[in-house]
Amino acid sequence: MSAASPNTRAGWDSPLRRGLMLFAAMFLIVVAVGVIQGTASMLLILVQATGFALIALGLNIQWGYGGLFNFAIMGFLMVGGASTVFLSYPVNMDFWNSDGPMLLGRALIAFLVGLGLVMAVRQSHRIGITGTLKTVLVVLAWFAAYVLYRSRINPAAAYIEDTAGFVGGLGLHPVLGWLFGGLVSAVIAFFIGKISLGLRTDYLAIATIGISEILRALIKNMDWLTRGTMTVSPMPWPTPLPQALQANGMAIADSFVAARVMFLVLAVIVLVVAFVLVQRAYGGPWGRMMRAIRDNHISAASMGKDVTGRQLELFVFGSILMGIGGAILATFTQIFDPSGYQPINHTFMIWVMVIVGGAGNNWGVVLGAFLIYIVWVVSDPLAQLIFLNLSALTEQIGWGAIPEIDSRALQMRVFVLGVVITVALRFAPKGLIPEVVHRTN
Amino acid sequence: MALIELKHVVGGYGGAPILNGVNMAIDKSDIGVIVGPNGAGKSTTLKAIFGLLKVTGGTIDFGGENIANSLPDKLVPKGLSFVPQEKNVFTSMSVEENLEMGAFTRTDDFSDTMDWVYAMFPVLAEKRRQPAGELSGGQRQMVAMGRALMSKPSLLMLDEPSAGLSPRYVIEIFETIQRVNQEGVGILMVEQNARQALAFASKGFVLAGGQNRYTGTGAELIADPEVAKSFLGG
Amino acid sequence: MDELIFFINRVLISGTVLGSIYALGAIGVTLIFGILRFAHFAHGDMMTMGAFIAFVLATALAAMGVVLPLPLGFIVLPVAMVITAVIALGIDKGFYAPLRARGAKPVTLLIASIGVTLMIQGLVRLIFGSGTQSIYVGQPKEIFRLDMSWAGGSRPISITEPQLLMFIVTALLVVALHLFLTRSRLGKAMRAMADNAALAQVSGINTALVVRVTWVIAGSLACVAGTMLALDVALMPDLAFNIVLPIFAAAIVGGLGHAYGAIVGGFLIAFAETLAVFNWTAVLRPLNGVLPEAMQLPANLALVPTEYKLTVAFVILVITLLVRPTGIFKGAST
Repeated sequence: MSAASPNTRAGWDSPLRRGLMLFAAMFLIVVAVGVIQGTASMLLILVQATGFALIALGLNIQWGYGGLFNFAIMGFLMVGGASTVFLSYPVNMDFWNSDGPMLLGRALIAFLVGLGLVMAVRQSHRIGITGTLKTVLVVLAWFAAYVLYRSRINPAAAYIEDTAGFVGGLGLHPVLGWLFGGLVSAVIAFFIGKISLGLRTDYLAIATIGISEILRALIKNMDWLTRGTMTVSPMPWPTPLPQALQANGMAIADSFVAARVMFLVLAVIVLVVAFVLVQRAYGGPWGRMMRAIRDNHISAASMGKDVTGRQLELFVFGSILMGIGGAILATFTQIFDPSGYQPINHTFMIWVMVIVGGAGNNWGVVLGAFLIYIVWVVSDPLAQLIFLNLSALTEQIGWGAIPEIDSRALQMRVFVLGVVITVALRFAPKGLIPEVVHRTN
Repeated sequence: MALIELKHVVGGYGGAPILNGVNMAIDKSDIGVIVGPNGAGKSTTLKAIFGLLKVTGGTIDFGGENIANSLPDKLVPKGLSFVPQEKNVFTSMSVEENLEMGAFTRTDDFSDTMDWVYAMFPVLAEKRRQPAGELSGGQRQMVAMGRALMSKPSLLMLDEPSAGLSPRYVIEIFETIQRVNQEGVGILMVEQNARQALAFASKGFVLAGGQNRYTGTGAELIADPEVAKSFLGG
Repeated sequence: MDELIFFINRVLISGTVLGSIYALGAIGVTLIFGILRFAHFAHGDMMTMGAFIAFVLATALAAMGVVLPLPLGFIVLPVAMVITAVIALGIDKGFYAPLRARGAKPVTLLIASIGVTLMIQGLVRLIFGSGTQSIYVGQPKEIFRLDMSWAGGSRPISITEPQLLMFIVTALLVVALHLFLTRSRLGKAMRAMADNAALAQVSGINTALVVRVTWVIAGSLACVAGTMLALDVALMPDLAFNIVLPIFAAAIVGGLGHAYGAIVGGFLIAFAETLAVFNWTAVLRPLNGVLPEAMQLPANLALVPTEYKLTVAFVILVITLLVRPTGIFKGAST
């Protein structure tokens, strides 16, 4: 990995030593999980944690570097997942041989015409239409554009869903799908940022969570594009699947380990590349300027810095990592299920990772991501264990067994996550590995 | 015994102290005026008395006890009132509600106090149902003073009551302050219009660097050529 | 005539039901914002918690064999409100007050409220499971049908018992809140603190007391809203988490910190949602007789497909934030 930020302070308090110890502790936890649950499950956890670390780095760019609130993480993960489905899922010839592409083309034209109409009306002040009249016209234009688009997309969607199921993919390499996920996220983040970054922090939080829900509703219900709640699977892997290894004569248990190791290596490469880039940017002049803006908005603005423009950059960069991370996670689980996305698992958990790890410190954030993901995963079996013992106890007393232990124990991790974040905010608000306040040179 | 006595008060907002030993004593019959350059600790002195910042040294005796670091909800019932310089009215509430808020700590019937305030500021009686945010600057200042008087204080502290007012209102506000004083309320105020305020002050304090520089009656300070040259603009 | 009855049943009644719930929730959100200056995300889960408390009490009453003319979940409401208010106070003391004492930024409190959300969600599901429960313990849901045959309608206007109760309770609570805020000393102190917290402190107002009163009001209103929602629909652990965003939308549209704005915002959002997914063909069908063959109304003429109902609130929210972030009534935005 890149050189750790040089730190001259020695002793047990030095962030470097503290970080090394925490990483060592995490390594031990991972090994322990491996011993208890088996290598294959450990690898499963590690791959997922790597994906979440990438996403957490994205949030660190936005929140840690720029102080920008983003509660739309779930939306970006879904966008990343849906994008990689579109690029890497096998081609659906039923769709391409039908009238679907033509109908979609018409819908696209309708969309562009509507957009053009709105744009044109927004310029109507040039011919002397201003004030309330213009506002009314703009609203009417939006309405007309909406109705026009709906009138074309609805039959197209119905037709595609009836004849071909859904659009299908382009059959390209999954890694291209990941990059595409990042790209689509960037475009969406640009527009979201453009309209909402001017808002105050708490409004921004609410606006982004609203946008995230809108994205979820769209992806969940645009069956023609994403198959919606019917889910897309199996997604192809960039590395050989266990089944492929088995076909080549590998034992079933070994094939899972080998396939996951290969996927893990690829995911870690992506994480390392992203980490190095992000870390270098943080130390460079760009990062310094970002921190200046975060710590003092007004003076940075008065020094002639383009605050909004810089913040938009941060928002877009962070969202790219989120999109890629979401794409990696979707590819790894081999299934894209829009109903599986929840704000708790996919927005709030990332926040817990960044805050517990240490906002502003990339090492801390990566540590936090692995740590919290492991806590999240092991809370469930631990709670099951507790519940089973409790249940045995209640049965002995004669109260009967506790019903639905499985589904209840699963909820334990939500509670644990809540405890972890409130405790962290109260007792370690700067995180496990706090941001090192850089000397100004 | 003085109504309030500050002995070598040291304090600030947690960093380096802003007050480095302020001494002053005010009687019930006094109008005390604090003047001095920007950053001298004038407003800070009032805030220190009112518990709005940390006092780390010295004592503030009021009514026979040390009130240093007591919070406003304890000080107001003891007879201390404070009119901040800015944002000193509840803009969304009516004039009458503003006055009621001043009497929040009182559990007795305060209608006669309200009549007294309305008698002092007749214009407020006319606008009692109007939101305070709709009033002019001078009228708002009256609401702010009226609010502070509703707790029937023995000492009224004002932070630059004339700030931002037109000259006509400045005179009016100063006259009101003297009238309040004649009704038996001790006054301690910070003023930028130093010369004008010292003219009717029975006690004047020139602060600089968080310490007393000169102390005397208002007239003495105006007459002192040193004070006039350094602090009253010649 | 049947078209009008359909409109009343589908839009007026459902819109008012939803609006009442949004309004009661949004009042809490807006009061907390006005007094404590942070967006209390855990409010939806406070509603869920209140509903579950009412559920436990009602179940206990039913187990004791109590049978009353009104739903038990409604009868126990006062007790449930008290318990929820006490828990709200405890949450503030345990999780928010220490952060405030440290001078933490509002954003930190917002994140802390997410932590509280997760804890409540986890606990509720841990205890009650994630399935759906009926808070109607041992009683059928009564439906009042207003016969409309005198006006030529073949179908009645129908309203269920909990809906009727909700209208009455919401109206009473809104009036009570209004009287409290405009007549009582503490209510005025609350408005004063929302208006200018520093001056409230200077005036000698016991701000800690005001904060406690705020949590009591917000908590008990959340309990009412949650229980009413559970009586109307069903009781599930993610009951209110799904409507916390429309509630925030209502509070923001009405102007954060503005109690009356929250009420207006609640009904506005509710009717916008209801009207957006309303199938206009059901009302306009008689026009088919007049319209030429080519312009017949489609079977479903809704502005927004039903599955996008929740997004209507978000779209309104986002537009409000962009166009007029202070809300229709000027809220405490700074």
